Amino acid sequence: MATPVNSPMVGKLISVDVKVGDQVKENDPVATIEAMKMYVKIYAPASGVVKEIKANPGDVVNPDTVILTLE
Amino acid sequence: MLEQLTEAINSTGLLNLTPGNLIMWAVAFALMYLAIKKGVEPLLLVPISFGIFAANFPLTGLMEPGGLYYMFFHNGIQNELIPPLIFLGLGAMTDFGPVIANPKTLLLGAAAQLGVYAAFFTALLFGFNIAEAAVIGIIGGADGPTTIFLSANLAPHLMGAVSVAAYSYMALVPLIIPPVAKLLTTPRERAMVMKQMRPVSKGEKILFPLLASLVIILLVPKSAPLIAMFMLGNLFMESGVVQRLTDVSRNELMNIVTIFLGLGVGATMSAETFLKPQTIYIFILGIVAFAFAAAGGILIAKIMNLFTTNKVNPLIGAAGVSAVPMAARVVHMLGSEANPQNYLLMHAMGPNVAGVIGTAVAAGAFITAIH
Repeated sequence: MATPVNSPMVGKLISVDVKVGDQVKENDPVATIEAMKMYVKIYAPASGVVKEIKANPGDVVNPDTVILTLE
Repeated sequence: MLEQLTEAINSTGLLNLTPGNLIMWAVAFALMYLAIKKGVEPLLLVPISFGIFAANFPLTGLMEPGGLYYMFFHNGIQNELIPPLIFLGLGAMTDFGPVIANPKTLLLGAAAQLGVYAAFFTALLFGFNIAEAAVIGIIGGADGPTTIFLSANLAPHLMGAVSVAAYSYMALVPLIIPPVAKLLTTPRERAMVMKQMRPVSKGEKILFPLLASLVIILLVPKSAPLIAMFMLGNLFMESGVVQRLTDVSRNELMNIVTIFLGLGVGATMSAETFLKPQTIYIFILGIVAFAFAAAGGILIAKIMNLFTTNKVNPLIGAAGVSAVPMAARVVHMLGSEANPQNYLLMHAMGPNVAGVIGTAVAAGAFITAIH
């Protein structure tokens, strides 16, 4: 079962800080977005392996955008 | 011959410098250092500090009626022209989405005005008169243009001190809010994740500035100069049909008037008006006002949670001290420190922008009550 990692708020995706296949633990930073001129780290909601990266830096992301999925 | 020479020498600035001028230069350089080296509100403190520096040269006439800085001050600030123009620009960059999605946050923005009143009453105890106390209290709203607006109205002689206090404490928001917030909340409260905000439609965003103007200006007519311009700027932005006006309001126009605002405020800070014990009291009361504003927002958020089902993280109450968007950022950081899965930034923007309105309303109320 894949866990989607969504953007918590509207913003611009600055970077995805993990690669496909990386092992991440819950609360590890996985991506960075910019909102309100502030860089906001997005933390993994669960532990797992990065399965797929679905968004690119520069994309405008909002709460229903899946940035990456974990398995 | 000798007489003319003496006269020529006596008319140079050098011989007319007073110790007060020198102290004010030191104040100017200290602010300049903070602005340039430490990045403290440079857009305001660079022109303000240079204004102080230049206005404290003897015999220049810069601040005498007809003088250059006097014109900036008199026409721009004393006549209350520039702060509303800045509000136009602020309106054109404020997203009311978080407030519309969660109107409860308006209350939190209002709650933070407790700081204004706390400082107001404390200032009265310190022996300031009622108009001066109001101007000192408004520092707690953490809103520069509103502070300047109110002081032009009620106590122009305090303008330099209160505006410098307001702008420097705003820069200190990351240091002032965390201890207050941590004192008043438990780690569990700070860790609380809030419900996803509902999306807000374009129609709602266009209607908001109109409805908000109706309600606020009917209730507190004296807040009209600030609120009407703020809401016009917001309508520019949200209507989406006047991109050029939106851009010029929040960029060029705002930048231009900021220069005159800064110089005009700085130039009011002559040695005679600034070097007084009351200036020190103003700085002390200013920080009291900030701390109480943050505390007020948090406490009201906690009280609100007792009565509602859709609870808010009490931290967002602290964002009710305007200082947009710095206060919201600080709140976000506190939340994610307690729980990495907690993203409060957008939730905190609600009380944050509501705080701007709240402070403008508080200023209007003071003018109504005192004038």
